[in-house]
Amino acid sequence: MKRSKMMELGVGLFMLAGILGLVFLGLRVSGLTFQAPGDSFRLEANFANIGGLKPRARVTMAGVTVGRVAAIELDTDWYDARVILELDGDLEGRLSRDTTAAILTAGLLGEQYIGLSVGGDPETLAAGDTIRDTQSAIVLEELIQQFVSNMVSD
Amino acid sequence: MIARVMRLGRRGCDLLEALGRAGIFVGQSAVGVPSREGWALWLRQMHFVGVLSLAIVLVSGLFIGMVLSLQGYTILVDFGAEQALGQMVALSLLRELAPVVAALLFAGRAGSALTAEIGLMKATEQLTSMEMIGVDPLRRVVAPRLWAGFVSLPLLTIGFSVVGIYGGYLVGVEWLGVFEGSYWGNMQASVAFIGDVGNGMVKSLVFAVVVTWIAVFQGYDLVPTSEGISRATTRTVVYSSLAVLGLDFVLTAVMFGGLS
Repeated sequence: MKRSKMMELGVGLFMLAGILGLVFLGLRVSGLTFQAPGDSFRLEANFANIGGLKPRARVTMAGVTVGRVAAIELDTDWYDARVILELDGDLEGRLSRDTTAAILTAGLLGEQYIGLSVGGDPETLAAGDTIRDTQSAIVLEELIQQFVSNMVSD
Repeated sequence: MIARVMRLGRRGCDLLEALGRAGIFVGQSAVGVPSREGWALWLRQMHFVGVLSLAIVLVSGLFIGMVLSLQGYTILVDFGAEQALGQMVALSLLRELAPVVAALLFAGRAGSALTAEIGLMKATEQLTSMEMIGVDPLRRVVAPRLWAGFVSLPLLTIGFSVVGIYGGYLVGVEWLGVFEGSYWGNMQASVAFIGDVGNGMVKSLVFAVVVTWIAVFQGYDLVPTSEGISRATTRTVVYSSLAVLGLDFVLTAVMFGGLS
């Protein structure tokens, strides 16, 4: 009887450890956060070219992560890319209307992310607004093309 | 010539028959409402199949994570990309190594033991005697073992991943000096919970079903002699390893290969 109790305890610990492990994988490894739905707000930004930007990419401000890319879709009115950003709720009503968004690259070959920088307009962006001033991703082929055509014309 | 063709045909029929037997077998034993007693039997098997496999799985996971981190660092540092170490370790563990290696170890550690145990029960006619006294051996012997295997391999895979990622952290951050923030940060930025952790779990669940099924069926279906038991044990390990590696390719192609 005592042995079987020990065994039950062992199996229980084993299953508990498995569940805790899954929680670890969720929180620490894949970076899930328990965030109340009202804790974030969305902005849109249109880019002429998003390069290699992917959903879930970071949105940073002065290097600090303040949100993620929620979705990327093709805007068929303008034929450019509409990127939907999900930002921390703290920033709602704090970003000036002339905030700029740029697609940047971490390191030479690293992942692409969005950098926001605030302007000086006293009016602020509300949830669902669109960031007007954007800077597209640098595409290496275009750079090389420009460089080559400059060389030829010289 | 004709004899050879006949032999080939007979082998084909035998194979089909065995497959059919295995299907009926797993269907009959896995279905069925577990009783209170079945619960206790299942618990005992969980202890044997799961808890006692924990040590080998965790130690292997630690070393595989450490070696992955060491190898990855020496390559990534040439490109100045050692920040991506965490991402590399976590993705290769979660997507491939943890489900596959845990399943292989499980086949060797628990699968072979299940085959031998059930095989010996059959050889000593314990299964027949159970039928004589009106106890269904599928319910009593096979079902708890099947379910214990189904539950414990995914849990072992989770443990493997966790320990492996920690081993990678030990080597990469503590020893080789990768910045801790970029180890975890890059990992969190690139690992998707459903896409990577979830798919790894689906893989390991599939492997659990396949490995346990093969092990238990080989034990139940063997020729009840000492030679038969040894053959069946070998077959368990060989078949489950091949099935795991083959299925892994198929599952990877479906999950991550862009075929949708």
